[in-house]
Amino acid sequence: MSSNSHIANSDGNGGLLARASRGIEDSIADLGALSLEWVAGFGSIAIFFWRMLGWLFTRRPRMETLLPSFYQVGVLSLPVVALTGTFIGMVLAVQSYAQFRGLGLETRMGAVINMALFRELGPVLAATMLAGRVGSAMAAELGTMRVTEQIDALASMGSNPLHYLVVPRFLACLLLIPALTIMAVFMGVVGGFFYSTYFLDIDTFHYLDNSRKFVGAYDLFIGVFKSLFFGMTIAVLSCYRGFHCRPGAEGVGQAATAAFVHSFVAIIVLDLFLGILLDEIHQMIWPNAVSLL
Amino acid sequence: MTERSRLKRLAVAVSTQPTMENTVPNTLIDVRGLHVRFGKQQVLRDVSLQIPQGQTLVLIGESGCGKTVLLKSIIGLIYPTQGDIIFDGNSMSQLKDRELTQQRIRFGFVFQNAALFDSMTVAQNVAFPLKQHRKHSDAEVHEIVMGRLREVGLPDNVVRKKPAELSGGMRKRVGLARALALSPEVMLYDEPTTGLDPIMTDVINELIIRTRERYPVTSVVVTHDMRTVRRVADRVVMLYPLNRLNKREPQVLYDDQAEHLEEHSDERVRQFVRGEAGARLQEMQRESYVE
Repeated sequence: MSSNSHIANSDGNGGLLARASRGIEDSIADLGALSLEWVAGFGSIAIFFWRMLGWLFTRRPRMETLLPSFYQVGVLSLPVVALTGTFIGMVLAVQSYAQFRGLGLETRMGAVINMALFRELGPVLAATMLAGRVGSAMAAELGTMRVTEQIDALASMGSNPLHYLVVPRFLACLLLIPALTIMAVFMGVVGGFFYSTYFLDIDTFHYLDNSRKFVGAYDLFIGVFKSLFFGMTIAVLSCYRGFHCRPGAEGVGQAATAAFVHSFVAIIVLDLFLGILLDEIHQMIWPNAVSLL
Repeated sequence: MTERSRLKRLAVAVSTQPTMENTVPNTLIDVRGLHVRFGKQQVLRDVSLQIPQGQTLVLIGESGCGKTVLLKSIIGLIYPTQGDIIFDGNSMSQLKDRELTQQRIRFGFVFQNAALFDSMTVAQNVAFPLKQHRKHSDAEVHEIVMGRLREVGLPDNVVRKKPAELSGGMRKRVGLARALALSPEVMLYDEPTTGLDPIMTDVINELIIRTRERYPVTSVVVTHDMRTVRRVADRVVMLYPLNRLNKREPQVLYDDQAEHLEEHSDERVRQFVRGEAGARLQEMQRESYVE
């Protein structure tokens, strides 16, 4: 009896070990499959981008496909970007006032607000609005076209879907996001100035003087330069999601959501790396740049 | 001997042709050992067909047997996993983007749900291929569009309507008018009569017949509808779903004239033609019992 229970016990431990080892193997296999899926996904996006570039540089898109995309991306996004830019500028003023007042530096708020807007908030805000407003819409529209075989119909009539559908959207995002960024920055600067001088009673002359002293053309360049990458990323990821949409209403919904989420994550990650790169370049060109204090 | 009966005789010649070499006279589309797989799911396995110029081939088979996949492979919308499609001497899977585009202009594709561009009007839909590939003036395009719409029996007042405002039958006819816009050499129809009432089904069948009478087109029609098969087919090919075939059985169960369908030796062909579930029903019951 005791010998039997000993065997059962040892079997139990062995079974437990075998199960644990199988569990670890499964986890490693899942991790491997996930990594493979990620690599394949990146590769697929890269091929999509490369083929689109091929069409972009070899055949000029037609005006009747370009203009609606430019209108959709540029004109219709302008009010929402301007409005959010204005409020972000004012919010920055509200949040930084108490800290700067404690140090007696409230007249330098203009420098901080404007630098934050020029370098970070302007481009990121414009890109986020574009990803939310235009990216999701592009993915949903192209996804619906895929599901209803309109993309196949386009190809069957001898038109390349990448040339007809993706190139105009890519160009609209790439060329108009700088304008949207400048609009977001401008409205943010105006909003911050308005709130600081009218509601917080900061001296107008000193506010503007510090703004001019600490924020220059390079800061605007940083914002606009970053925005070009954001625009490209939004267009490619959103169009890719639409083109590779799964069937049905659920597939279209997933494509629209994925377009925004992936674009937003890509914007934030790119923002960090581009920020580091451009800051290094700034340090190289102007090693003795003026400090806020 | 009329042209129709000549093509029907050719159908027999093609079906009895054992080699995959391009030996059938006037072969326009040559499907050579086609395999198509989506992930783990194989849809087509070693399908070979030779379609001569001017023939109307009807593809039949149960849902999921790969008829539409074969149709889309012919025009290069789906790439084969193995095998090839030779269209007029060109291997469709070897062509570059631009060359494939040039070949596709020679096809007209009528999609199952018409696949009209919903952001465009009927006139813009039909004019689309003309504006992309021909250098006609606006007046000429308008004239061609109106002509095509009249050919498919649509009234002039539909031109300004959006596809969403049309009935299913009208949408299919607009799809047909659009496919005909560039006067293609090959017409591909993907279930052109599915979801239509019997009268509209007959109208579409008549339009398919009129199209081949008016233009020297080669046609491939995918359908489940046996009335369509009997009315339009020079030759019928029946595919069978791979998941119900063993590895040695060919996927093409039938390749002959429509007249011989009902007396075919294979019970599965006769059942499909008669629309009898038969053994399939028992299989489904067994599957649900196993589940």
